[in-house]
Amino acid sequence: MSILVDRDTRLVVQGITGREGGFHARRCMDYGTKVVAGVTPGRGGTTFENKVPVFNTVEQAVRQTGANTSLIFVPSPFAADAVAEAADAGIETVLCITEGIPVHDMVRVARHLERRPKVRLVGPNCPGAISPGEQCKVGIMPGHIHKPGRVGVVSRSGTLTYEAVGQLTALGIGQSTCVGIGGDPITGLTFVDVLKMFREDPETEAVVLIGEIGGTKEQEAAEYIRKEFKKPVAAFIVGATAPPGKRMGHAGAIITGKAATAAAKVEALRGAGCAIIPSPADIGATTQQMLRERLG
Amino acid sequence: MKVHEYQAKALMARYNVPVPHGKVAATPQEAHAIAQELGGKSVVKAQVHAGGRGKAGGIKLVATPQEAAQAAGALLGTRLVTHQTGPDGVPVRRLLIEEAAPVAQELYLAVLVDPAARGPVVIASEAGGMEIEEVAAHSPAKVHRVVPDPVLGLMPFQGRSLAYAMGLKAELVRPFSELAINLYRLFVEQDCTLAEVNPLVVTGDGRLLALDGKLNLDDDALFRHKDLEQLRDVEQEDPLEAQAADADVRYVRLDGDVGCLVNGAGLAMATMDMVSRVGAKPANFLDVGGSADDAKVARAFTIILGDPNVKRVLVNVFGGILRCDVVARGIVAACQQVGKNPPMVVRMLGTNVDEGRQVLRGSGLNVTLVDTLAEAAERLRR
Repeated sequence: MSILVDRDTRLVVQGITGREGGFHARRCMDYGTKVVAGVTPGRGGTTFENKVPVFNTVEQAVRQTGANTSLIFVPSPFAADAVAEAADAGIETVLCITEGIPVHDMVRVARHLERRPKVRLVGPNCPGAISPGEQCKVGIMPGHIHKPGRVGVVSRSGTLTYEAVGQLTALGIGQSTCVGIGGDPITGLTFVDVLKMFREDPETEAVVLIGEIGGTKEQEAAEYIRKEFKKPVAAFIVGATAPPGKRMGHAGAIITGKAATAAAKVEALRGAGCAIIPSPADIGATTQQMLRERLG
Repeated sequence: MKVHEYQAKALMARYNVPVPHGKVAATPQEAHAIAQELGGKSVVKAQVHAGGRGKAGGIKLVATPQEAAQAAGALLGTRLVTHQTGPDGVPVRRLLIEEAAPVAQELYLAVLVDPAARGPVVIASEAGGMEIEEVAAHSPAKVHRVVPDPVLGLMPFQGRSLAYAMGLKAELVRPFSELAINLYRLFVEQDCTLAEVNPLVVTGDGRLLALDGKLNLDDDALFRHKDLEQLRDVEQEDPLEAQAADADVRYVRLDGDVGCLVNGAGLAMATMDMVSRVGAKPANFLDVGGSADDAKVARAFTIILGDPNVKRVLVNVFGGILRCDVVARGIVAACQQVGKNPPMVVRMLGTNVDEGRQVLRGSGLNVTLVDTLAEAAERLRR
């Protein structure tokens, strides 16, 4: 078991003929992911790597290959269109890697998805998701640092998640599924949505949650953990040294008030019973200690 | 992207949000002429990308065109230091000279994107003229908010409900609602991340007027607003931050002495935090991005070395698409080009890490190679 992506994932890659889309589609296939189709308008009828059929529309890809998951590499001006197209074609799990989508585009997409409650959007501006035990990677993370296991990882960041996973694997702690929910102000799945999935997943025994400054998603997660999430959670928040009012790379990582600070988020998560990871060098060690204390 | 008050007000006027009569002056002579047109009594406002101008002496009420020219002479060419600028302040190149409207009441109105609401929210308050954060902290009952449906936009009933909540006079309810709807339309159509009027005043003769105006534009949407792109004023930006923006490198200047080069925003913030934890201070946030080539790494490193406060450098790269040898070559090129060789702690992991380390070992640079973040932290500890 795992969440979001697994052996049953049949992946369509939107933007497969682009430089990044092609590069990562190949890496996903190498990892074991079933890439069944690609979509690039105008390139329908061709094939990718001489084996993956390319279609003009997602609807055609779904109809002819049974694709059920989409990975999006479409450039930012056209990415909202790509997400809506995937949802409209009946894809239920959409992972959008694209960074820099206009925030008002995402407002409209989020509103569109409210009418399609079955669709789960991961991202945008995220590394995707990987379930090592299922040999399924749908994203841009380096596959080889992962190890099958029972810790779920959920994060707003990309490379920091790789850092976290690297430390876990080095200590022999494997992962059930690692999900990057994205660094934008408006994303599809939130921490709470992913925690709900981890709660229902028997293979996930504990969770590492990596948040950052900006917004209140971490506080919402803390509230949910306090009330309903019984599995142990180790939490790490970055941005304690970020100055207020400055966007720290991610569009969503900006301190706009007290609730958006790292201190406020750490306090909320500690109050919810999470093990707080003090520094990026301690992600593995804190998680290991928590697992020993809580799971024996 | 930030724009000046006069630019924001010009956009607001286009959307029928009432703003005071006024014009922009770049010389005392122009200030004199505009004040004369306005009838003498006027307000001289420094145009800078920072709040807190009033307290910093950047806004002057004048009674005559002569006084306007004097105030202009005293402000133009100086650097204004407010609580939002660094100690160096920001240059004053232009002034907005406006009619001095008699104020009966000060309100607050803003539209912004609220991640929790997954869309825009409209906020209004009867306690205008103060920072809304302060009002929210001390008198939350005076902060009112409605959440428009992105498909419908801000509806008249929502504008009215804000007006009633603020206790506006009956004859102002409809004008306020219309003004709020117009500001909302501007916010959405021009891809703003913030549209704020503080204060929105009721004048002595009972009109609504946007006395101040602030717009932040979505950088990611500028591709579809070529006209707004022209409004960028590079002089208001930190020179190194402006260079970084032109090089497509995410860089924020801080006041420490440890320059940081990292790939990924989350890892870059984590790296800064770690530097602070061992008692050192980061000089910057820098995310070089996932698909940089050696030229881009070199540009990023040149920007780090361009900060005179930087005495040491920490490189923390988790190679994926970005290869470690590319990072190493970029660093070497930048050091050679700039002619600096500060002590560097380099932690690289992932794609082509051995090649990257080899490049740095053979470079003659003052490099300490480490394997883990914990080791990097120890090296920085004093």
